[in-house]
Amino acid sequence: MGVGIEVKELNAWFGKAQVLKDINIKVGANAVTAVIGPSGCGKSTFIRCLNRMHETIPEARVSGSVQVGDTDVYKPGTDAVDVRRRIGMVFQKPNPFPTMSIYDNVAAGLRLNGYNKRRELDQIVEHSLRMAALWDEVKDVLKKKSGASLSGGQQQRLCIARALAVQPELLLMDEPASALDPISTGKIEELIFQLKAQYTVVIVTHNMQQAARVADHTGFFLMGKLIEYDKTERIFTTPCDKRTEDYITGRFG
Amino acid sequence: MPSASRPLGIRRRLANFCFIGLSGVAAILVLAPLGAIFGYLVYKGIGSLNWAFLTNTPRPVGEAGGGMANAIVGSTMILGIASCIGIPLGIGAGVYMAEFGRGRYVNIVRFTADVLNGVPSIVVGIAVYALVVLPQQHFSALSGGVALGIMMIPTVARTTEEMLRMVPNTIREAALGLGIPQWRATLQVTLRTASKGVITGIMLAFARVAGETAPLLFTAFGNQFWNLNPNQPTAALPIQIFAYAISPFDEWHRQAWAGALILIVLIVVAVAAVRVVTSRGTMQGNA
Repeated sequence: MGVGIEVKELNAWFGKAQVLKDINIKVGANAVTAVIGPSGCGKSTFIRCLNRMHETIPEARVSGSVQVGDTDVYKPGTDAVDVRRRIGMVFQKPNPFPTMSIYDNVAAGLRLNGYNKRRELDQIVEHSLRMAALWDEVKDVLKKKSGASLSGGQQQRLCIARALAVQPELLLMDEPASALDPISTGKIEELIFQLKAQYTVVIVTHNMQQAARVADHTGFFLMGKLIEYDKTERIFTTPCDKRTEDYITGRFG
Repeated sequence: MPSASRPLGIRRRLANFCFIGLSGVAAILVLAPLGAIFGYLVYKGIGSLNWAFLTNTPRPVGEAGGGMANAIVGSTMILGIASCIGIPLGIGAGVYMAEFGRGRYVNIVRFTADVLNGVPSIVVGIAVYALVVLPQQHFSALSGGVALGIMMIPTVARTTEEMLRMVPNTIREAALGLGIPQWRATLQVTLRTASKGVITGIMLAFARVAGETAPLLFTAFGNQFWNLNPNQPTAALPIQIFAYAISPFDEWHRQAWAGALILIVLIVVAVAAVRVVTSRGTMQGNA
């Protein structure tokens, strides 16, 4: 089952440049939350702070607290690798491991954490590919074809399957459909809609229609600040803040 | 504006033709020396090549026959030891430079590797003579392997570094994002993604040191008899070829040619075998 997220006074820096300022937000379990805002507003950094990917960049720094389910993400003693195992991430550009077969790509997260039971792996791989709506297209070439041989849309669904295979509590998606054509985008959106039965999903998107279609709640970021956060339909129909209104009506950004 | 429907200008076509022609000539010029060397080796060496050459040890001067079996085995042993030293250290240094090192330290390691690459092989031989042979008080296959292994390190390290740098960062992020510990992500995802290029670097380094003679003169030293003990003076093909080639005997000259032919064939076989074995696991559409 999905878990909720509670972020308190989150700040993030790249070197001396502060990219997130005092973010406070509560995200419900088993819901889809969209993060929107113009380029450079910190929305990608925000979700990368949730699973401690931000700190993998040299000179990047974070302060504040993030609670995901019963894990205090930034508590001293919390292992970043363990956090990332429990919080899956799908990136903007599909990034399957090119030297691995489709099967090995999906199994990678488990295998490289020392999990090696053949039969159970088979089941998990099939289940994950079914969840990602990719099974029927690849079931005959699982071990024959490389992950990189698939089309862009298939690669992204493979990456989703790979993230689901480690059975995370939370799924973060950083503009997962921005590099895809409309048909693949439709498939990914449908998938996100189905995933929320079992997962909490946080999705960054540049596409406001997409946010309106898939998200229960939407947060609007501007210059590193969370300007407004509410039910999606309220954000898109009656936003409280002038800046939100300007952005969604296309007046800037 | 020239009309689009006009046929390509004669100058442009001529320039195109010249450029393609020149690159074709360059390609042939690259292949020609290799073909010439190999052809000449076959021409000179094939006559002395027989089963006895591959299975016997050298005979004393004046006695016909004999072979280089001990040198073939000795070279294999020395190159095996060299690979055990050069490959892991080279890959380790390359991984450090590309994945873990920061700023100044990386530059120091890279500069050292480049300098080491430029050190003449005979100097490496003398250094190993002083550091390994003198304390041990005897020549050995081990010291020869150390010398050749040291010479492999810079090539392996620099190609590993370059190949790892070509792996897109998104691949590393994908691995870390799955909660894979960094050392494992580096070994089993990043390095694996770069493995083709890394193996090419290893084979280059291997082929280069396989023919080295100078560093073996003061280390493995050579041996006219069978020896399988890595702690004893050991025959090696390049030393044997050198010794026979500068001798005044026609029979030995012929054997030197045959030895050179065998050396080249062994290198080609080793490189081809590694290529076959390592490409067996790749799938369709592998990038």
